[in-house]
Amino acid sequence: MASEKKRVKGDALLEIRGLKIDGKSDDSWNPIIKGIDLTLKRGEVLGLIGESGAGKSTLGLSAMGYARPGCRITAGSINFDGIDLVTASEATRRGLWGSRIAYVAQSAAASFNPAHHLIDQTVETAVSHHIMSRDKAEADARDLYKRLQLPNPDTIGLRFPHQVSGGQLQRAMTAMAMSCRPDLIIFDEPTTALDVTTQVEVLAAMRDIVEQFNTAAIYITHDLAVVAQMAHRIMVLRYGNLVEEAETRAMLKKPTQEYTKSLWAVRKLQKKESPSKDIILDISAVDASYGNGTKVLDNVSVKIPRGRTVAVVGESGSGKSTLARAITGLLPTSSGSISFNGKPLPRALIDRDKDTLRRIQMIYQSADTALNPRQRVRDIIGRPLEFYLGLKGANRDRKVVELLESIELDESYIDRFPSEMSGGQKQRISIARALAAEPELIICDEVTSALDQIVQEEILQLLMKLQKDTNVTYLFITHDIATVRAISDEIVVMHKGKVVQQGLKSKVLNPPYPAYTELLLSSVPEMDPDWLTNLLVKRKKAAV
Amino acid sequence: MTESLRVIKARRTTLENVWRLLKTAPLSAWFGMIVILIYAIAAIFAPWIAPYGEAQIIGKAYEHASDTNILGTDQLGRDLFSRLIYGARNTIGIALVTTLVSFLVGGSLGVLAALKRGWFDQGVSRVVDAFLAIPVLIFALMMLAVVGKSVVNLVIILALLDATRVFRLSRAVALNSVVMDYVESAKLRGEGMRWIVFREVVPNILPPLITEFGLRFCFVFLTISALSFLGVGVQPPTADWGSMVAENKTLITFGNPAPLYPAAAIALLTVAVNFVVDWFLQRTSGLRDGK
Amino acid sequence: MHPVLKTVLQRLGLGLITLFAVSIIIFSSLQLLPGGYAQNILGQGATPELVANFNHQLGLDRPAPVRYVEWIGNALRGDFGNSYSGTTGTIKRSVSAIIAPRLYNTFFLATMAAVVAVPLSLILGVLAALYRNSWYDRIINGLTLTTIAMPEFFIAYILMFFLAVQHRWFYTLSTVSENTPFWEHISRAALPAATMTLVIIAHMMRMTRASIINLLSSPYIEMAQLKGISKSQVIIRHALPNAWAPIATVIAFNLAYLVVGVVVVEVVYVYPGIGQMMVDAVSSRDMPVVQACALIFAATYILLNLLADVVAITTNPRLLHPK
Repeated sequence: MASEKKRVKGDALLEIRGLKIDGKSDDSWNPIIKGIDLTLKRGEVLGLIGESGAGKSTLGLSAMGYARPGCRITAGSINFDGIDLVTASEATRRGLWGSRIAYVAQSAAASFNPAHHLIDQTVETAVSHHIMSRDKAEADARDLYKRLQLPNPDTIGLRFPHQVSGGQLQRAMTAMAMSCRPDLIIFDEPTTALDVTTQVEVLAAMRDIVEQFNTAAIYITHDLAVVAQMAHRIMVLRYGNLVEEAETRAMLKKPTQEYTKSLWAVRKLQKKESPSKDIILDISAVDASYGNGTKVLDNVSVKIPRGRTVAVVGESGSGKSTLARAITGLLPTSSGSISFNGKPLPRALIDRDKDTLRRIQMIYQSADTALNPRQRVRDIIGRPLEFYLGLKGANRDRKVVELLESIELDESYIDRFPSEMSGGQKQRISIARALAAEPELIICDEVTSALDQIVQEEILQLLMKLQKDTNVTYLFITHDIATVRAISDEIVVMHKGKVVQQGLKSKVLNPPYPAYTELLLSSVPEMDPDWLTNLLVKRKKAAV
Repeated sequence: MTESLRVIKARRTTLENVWRLLKTAPLSAWFGMIVILIYAIAAIFAPWIAPYGEAQIIGKAYEHASDTNILGTDQLGRDLFSRLIYGARNTIGIALVTTLVSFLVGGSLGVLAALKRGWFDQGVSRVVDAFLAIPVLIFALMMLAVVGKSVVNLVIILALLDATRVFRLSRAVALNSVVMDYVESAKLRGEGMRWIVFREVVPNILPPLITEFGLRFCFVFLTISALSFLGVGVQPPTADWGSMVAENKTLITFGNPAPLYPAAAIALLTVAVNFVVDWFLQRTSGLRDGK
Repeated sequence: MHPVLKTVLQRLGLGLITLFAVSIIIFSSLQLLPGGYAQNILGQGATPELVANFNHQLGLDRPAPVRYVEWIGNALRGDFGNSYSGTTGTIKRSVSAIIAPRLYNTFFLATMAAVVAVPLSLILGVLAALYRNSWYDRIINGLTLTTIAMPEFFIAYILMFFLAVQHRWFYTLSTVSENTPFWEHISRAALPAATMTLVIIAHMMRMTRASIINLLSSPYIEMAQLKGISKSQVIIRHALPNAWAPIATVIAFNLAYLVVGVVVVEVVYVYPGIGQMMVDAVSSRDMPVVQACALIFAATYILLNLLADVVAITTNPRLLHPK
């Protein structure tokens, strides 16, 4: 395949000028898109990147002249190949949808109708727009399946959506979008829900087919490394405004705006690893299974050194979160042993004494569910102080303020409810609650994955600072390799309930790799726009 | 939504919040709230408002409306209007007590089942399932036939039957809350059952339960009225709207709308409560719509 | 075994167990009384001999499990024993003989209401969902909410007052007998049927609207729109195949509701159905009749819900086409 993307020249296909979109929340209209210009040439792939609330999905859908229920276009024009989609009749727009502008949604599982075969849904657009006969459309669909490297392309269409995997479904949806050979495809976070090893195949298939048919595309994502592989040009959005726009390589090399630069920042964070032989938690040959008998931890042995950060990394279903549940006693192990400070840890939570509970604390992925929405910060942080340390009244409040200071929030936050704080602030409160118990080990379960990039970095830095101050040990569970690189001393790689590898960061992240570690590490997208191309070449070579 | 917006919305007193909430209420909800208020006043101050006593005979049977008795008299010559007002006290009072007992029993069992799970949950849930398979009105009729008609029996039977419905709902909402990380976090801290129930779970399930209380009240109120109308609920001489309809029902064939008044009194209250509940429901589901 | 068949069988089994449990509840309700049923009926002053005699006469002196097995065994064969009230000396009135004609009447009335209410409310409900937040939707919402909140006897008397008393268009009382001709039966049952219809339509429309709106907010419906398919095709091809389960649930729920609502409406119009009979039996504490009626009502209720679940199972693509 083409190793270097062509600089696409051509006439403008889509021109958006001064677009404003309002969204309804709490009975009032608030701006989501605040006046954006966008130009897309034929055959060009434009990446829309931004954090949650940036308005990138809304903007992407507006390129179809579509506003979700609860949204409305208030100003501006959307010119698609000479047709103004804002003023066009619904019939005109519907005539374009599917045939000339197609949409690929984030959740393929929810976006396919559960009641119909894949092929029926794939050909539906072409047949209902009278572009092809049904037979021709089906033959074409099979061809598209093949091009998208779906297994058994001739028969996979006869399956129902729930009968194929997430990655396959996402490719089938791309085939569906491609069925009328549209001029423009909107990809709305198409790989966000996929595991990283699956993502590679899907990205490659999508990029390939868009190139083959010279289709223009708008690729929406929050992942810079992904967009670097897919797009010729990138637009960075924030709060409904355009921050920066440039050719992909130029932007990666030299972002001009502060905000864009900050998006890169987390990748630069690097903790220097330091080995240690003082083991605080020793997990040895542990098995665990859920009620229905499926084994989720299979002979797992992990050693966690005191005052260090051990990252447990793996994809969904690897058993990494289950490991946390086994350590905390929420899911009692069925065999093997866990010892803490040299003493065996009772299997079940109820058998552990208060002081043991105090020494092991946990921070969750989503502060929204981890903090009781009906409690004020005073009580959230104050409760462990009262419960474990017996602090009351003014003493307790004083300590709460101290803890707030250590997480870089001022004392005015003490009377707030969780709903009165931002995502990052809430996660800080979760951290303070764990710290209040003066623990020796904190289990961090995907604590940054629900946060925006910049906030992620702040939280990681805070965690590192706290470790330096208190010598607390972290068990850091994550699926994100960049986070692992940033904060760990040691790494544990898990796959299907087993430990693939444990070792110092420098050892695990450098060759020689066990096969799964290599697959996992090589699948993590990098900022280099040639990364995907090179990876595919390399894998092809290895396969020969 | 964007984070900045949320932060700005912080910091308001409860009173301000209530007022802001009321300002957004649609006309139907206002109508409902005013009607409920009037009913409450009538129920509480019945002896001062009603021109005659509850069982006071003031004239001949079935007298037509006049200046002294604005709705006429009933089959024993009692003032219909006065009995309507006393009826508010009795009918609403009985229904309210029933609903409260039902929530106390069903709600606590539901929360407990959600927290404990295991055999307790299984056991209670299966029994409740069996009871749910029998319509309340039918079951209540049968039980009243067994234990005999009296207000206390009526309240106990209906409260227990309704508690099965309350159990289902409170168990479901409590389950939603119990799986939250903040409950797990409290368990990991080593908190006891009491803290988890009253500090972590209950404050979070209260709003949906309050809405449900309105709906259950309407249902109980209507069921009691129906039973009284059928002659097996509240017994004479207590003034009760359902029985008043039954006592005067023959009048309607003579073109006298007297039995319609107590029936309308029932309808007006349940409509009012429903309007208010509907507004609450729309507010909570509306947030999801706006995404 | 095919998952659909397996799930259906499981559901049928569950239905049978529920029915069994319900029959035990109904049967044992009689045992709950402190001092026993006889004491309660005959009063505190009754002599022990009188009580024993009463119990013996009704067969209540045998152990409860024996009586349960006998009762349920006979009930399955359509024999619900003899009515207490009609049993004097040697003359026995069989409960089944009393119930049969009344059951027919109730079934007649319920069918009349269902035939009108079900299609009408489905259509109106789908329309309200499709034109959500329009004036039509708002007016319908207010009207149905009001109707639901009203007691059935209020609606019944309003209809009676205006349509049968003020204007003599319909019969005020719906007395029918076995000899009533079919069309006269219909015209005599018209007002009670209309009352039931009004109540059911309100409930059913709201439920239909809610479930259709829920269905239409699925991502695959948005996807279908964005494929440029016409509105009608989106509904027919994408919404409808997934709508059977929720619609079946709505219909079953409301037919079950109809069964209960019939009690009050029959009393208002003095319609000789099973509901009115049950109320009479409750007043005279004629337990065999009460229990028979309760069992019939509960069984209908369970059966309807069972049917809805079976429809939901057999239209679920995930079960129809397993992995």
